[in-house]
Amino acid sequence: MNRAFALPAAIVLTPSHFTAAVLFALFASVVFAITQRETVHDQVRYGLQCFVMFVGGVFVAGWVMWLLRR
Amino acid sequence: MANSSAVKENYAPSVMSVVVPAVAWLIPGAGHFIQKRWIRGLLLMASIGLMFVLGLLMQGQVYRPNSGDVLDILGFVGDIGAGGLYIVTRAMDWGQGAMAHATGDYGTKFIIVAGLLNFISVADAYHIAIGKKQ
Repeated sequence: MNRAFALPAAIVLTPSHFTAAVLFALFASVVFAITQRETVHDQVRYGLQCFVMFVGGVFVAGWVMWLLRR
Repeated sequence: MANSSAVKENYAPSVMSVVVPAVAWLIPGAGHFIQKRWIRGLLLMASIGLMFVLGLLMQGQVYRPNSGDVLDILGFVGDIGAGGLYIVTRAMDWGQGAMAHATGDYGTKFIIVAGLLNFISVADAYHIAIGKKQ
């Protein structure tokens, strides 16, 4: 391996689980919106809907796991 | 039958219907760029590209085709969807992340999903190329 091209260790990201989930939701929602709807209005609406569902799902799953752990 | 033959006529294969998916797979968003869907292409490129790069920076693992494990092969199928990003990553020998860390696991999933999202993007670019979508 050519060490000159190695990824610098200084820029290793360690986001929290929630931050990673929000980033995931953001990127996936953008792609879903663009590919699944035709007009800009529908794309914005569907993208927001997907984002809310993703992040809402994180909260619901979190509370379900909290209940299971009790 | 009348409908299916009409569909076949409307969506007849053209050079673009072959070139667009290939370009879209190789460079995420480029399939939309060459069809002058600039904003869509930019958003797709940014979303898929950032997701892949963030996955690498989280020490995510990039799967290889010949690991022998079925789950690893499925991971490879997801990863290969990222096209050029996957090829560059393998060429540079990046993506050797340690799965022992939680963030490494998140990163691995980010890389796989970036590839899968690019498959959807390729299909969308193809639909635009054959006139099925505006």
